[in-house]
Amino acid sequence: MERHFEHDLEELKQRLLWMGSLAERAVHQSVQAVLDGEERLAEAVLGEEDAINEMQIEIDERVQRLLALQAPMATDLRFLLAVSRINGDLERIGDQAVNIAQSAMRILRHPQVKPYVDLPRMSELAEAMVRDSLNAVVRGDQDLAQSVLRRDDQVDRLRDQLFRELLTYMMEDSAVVFAAFELVLVAKNLERIGDHATNIAEDVIYFVAGRDVRHPALDRR
Amino acid sequence: METTAYGNNATAARRAPQIVMSEKPQTASEKEAQVRFEISDLNFYYGPKQAVFGLNLKIPKNRVTALIGPSGCGKSTFLRTLNRMNETIRNTRVVGEILLDGQDISQLDVVGLRRRVGMVFQRPNPFPKSIYENVAYGLRINGYQGRLDDLVEHSLRRAALWDEAKDSLHKSAFALSGGQQQRLCIARALAVDPEVLLLDEPCSALDPVTTAKIEELMFHLKDSCTMAIVTHNMQQAARASDFTAFMLDGRLIEHSETSKLFTTPTDPRTEAYITGRFG
Amino acid sequence: MNRVALIWRKSLNVVMLTLTGVAAFGVVAVLFLILGYLVWNGGKSLNFDFFTKLPKPVGETGGGMANAILGSLKLLFLAALMGVPVGLMAGVYLAEFGGKTFSYIIRYTTDLLNGVPSIVIGIFAYSLAVLPFKHFSTMAGGVALGIMVIPITVRSTEEFLRAVPGSLREGAMALGASKWRTIATVVLPAAKGGIITGVLLALARVAGETAPLLFTAFSNRFWSPGWGQPIASLPVMIYTYAIAPYDDWHRQAWAAGLILLALVLVANIGTRVVLSRGGGGRSA
Repeated sequence: MERHFEHDLEELKQRLLWMGSLAERAVHQSVQAVLDGEERLAEAVLGEEDAINEMQIEIDERVQRLLALQAPMATDLRFLLAVSRINGDLERIGDQAVNIAQSAMRILRHPQVKPYVDLPRMSELAEAMVRDSLNAVVRGDQDLAQSVLRRDDQVDRLRDQLFRELLTYMMEDSAVVFAAFELVLVAKNLERIGDHATNIAEDVIYFVAGRDVRHPALDRR
Repeated sequence: METTAYGNNATAARRAPQIVMSEKPQTASEKEAQVRFEISDLNFYYGPKQAVFGLNLKIPKNRVTALIGPSGCGKSTFLRTLNRMNETIRNTRVVGEILLDGQDISQLDVVGLRRRVGMVFQRPNPFPKSIYENVAYGLRINGYQGRLDDLVEHSLRRAALWDEAKDSLHKSAFALSGGQQQRLCIARALAVDPEVLLLDEPCSALDPVTTAKIEELMFHLKDSCTMAIVTHNMQQAARASDFTAFMLDGRLIEHSETSKLFTTPTDPRTEAYITGRFG
Repeated sequence: MNRVALIWRKSLNVVMLTLTGVAAFGVVAVLFLILGYLVWNGGKSLNFDFFTKLPKPVGETGGGMANAILGSLKLLFLAALMGVPVGLMAGVYLAEFGGKTFSYIIRYTTDLLNGVPSIVIGIFAYSLAVLPFKHFSTMAGGVALGIMVIPITVRSTEEFLRAVPGSLREGAMALGASKWRTIATVVLPAAKGGIITGVLLALARVAGETAPLLFTAFSNRFWSPGWGQPIASLPVMIYTYAIAPYDDWHRQAWAAGLILLALVLVANIGTRVVLSRGGGGRSA
């Protein structure tokens, strides 16, 4: 006789993954809106924001209910705590995507600042991190989670690179400042998305292995 | 590479998102529960001593309602009024109204009432007969005409005991372990197909594994049976019930959905009891 | 402490220990003496004739006590028939129904009845069942013994019914069984082992009663057809033969005594066996 608690956990997982899917799509579409100058895409992302936020509230309610009523132990407990944190990170990824979409809407009518080379690369990296961290949640895959952690530095470097380039452009030509500034914001948002994906990966390691890997510097002290 | 306002070839090469999940998960909608028992202004007396004061409660159909509260708060006493088992004790008095599906139970034939409202007790109390005869007892005394074998098997299956008992149906009930005996008592109560099952601390004499089995059993019985369970184990009430009623000193303090009562109780006394800061 | 007082205390201890030990031994010794006597003397006289032949006329040797053995059995049968249902029902009443005062009265009178000397019961049965018919009869003997069976049956039925846990009754009533149904289908079956042993013990006890039979069943040198004639019984035969001047009769009296004792022993051991196998209403 399968415990109906298992069923509740499964439902919770599904909802988390659905939210992740929405977030992943929002990131992709918002960056596409920037790169293609597509207003419709940007508006689609803004429209999806409510769905993501509603799901966050539902997931938190479910987590609260399961914690109160089932008094879970061990893996179940860690899973629920991890879900609660991942929930927050996914919602913020959604927020970042919205910010990117808003930037896209603002630079629509401006000419493109520079060939988009680094930006697509950075967004691909960030999206891959989001996707892999979610897959790590589905499969309870520690190794996949670790690989996400390693890519965080790459994203940071790309952001720094973009900043330098865009600064140069802004200093050379004041006409492009508005658009370049928005691109700086987009780069910042993408880097933040990478951070949130990293957090999710850390939470996966927490609930699978029971290890808290959030601040390795503390261990070395 | 050509620079345009609308991106270049490099961007077209970006992969489409491989979304983790393609369809929104659906929540099965729960039907609004009807009322099975309606208790109005119930007062109960053991001789001159009053044990229950002005209790008002609706017990919903096809749900599990848990009654929690400290020892001596009157929850077992109240439970027993629902199938008039309090009448087996001398000198007790019930004042107030208890309606089962709209009918006043004090006006009903008590034997018929007890066939519709079954009871499982704290300590397993199988009869000194075979497993088969235990389950068949209720059927025999209610004059059931028909294939007893099928009904006995059906009841044992509903109580999740069939697989363990099917080869020893004619052995004594005492050959079973404590947890199995309690499931036998549940099967015995279920044999007459009651609409309601009252459980008076059914797991207090059992180990955690058996307790979990019985709670899971209750979950699956909900569809065909309304249940009311008295328990002094709050975690059990939290895990296994849909609605919870908290009683204190013979009074009903709070009654709401279990998920609400255990996360945001309205009465401070409920909160004190649940968080263990009681007394 | 004074050394003399110490020695005095110690010796007193030893003396008391010895005395109590001897007394306890004495009890066992008495039983074994009786057994020994009976087995020795009665065993010699037990033969096939004893069980199958009628008593020979006075003065002649030989013969047996077949009619007395059958007679005792018939009397026990009647006693059971008259005493057990009444005792059983009364026991059920006391254990299951009964208000406080009425039950108290019943129990008290039952104990009194138990203590009434058997000869007094014999006289009572005489005036009830012999005088109106102007002759002794098996029936009258049955009446006398039946009256004696009642109190023992009542008390043992009540005890064994009370030993059945209340949770069994609750379980049955919660399934919709009425009070009487519960008693008949659950409580009595649960207690049946104990009740049966109680009845057996009662019968074993009255099997050896002599005094009441002297005025009711009297005795009979021959077979006693039906229920209206006087009938021979083992205890009365023992009485008659033991005070007679014939050695042959003395031997037969020993044999009869042995039979009676064997009956009592078998009943006692049998009850122990039944009770130990959980015949007394176990619970989970």
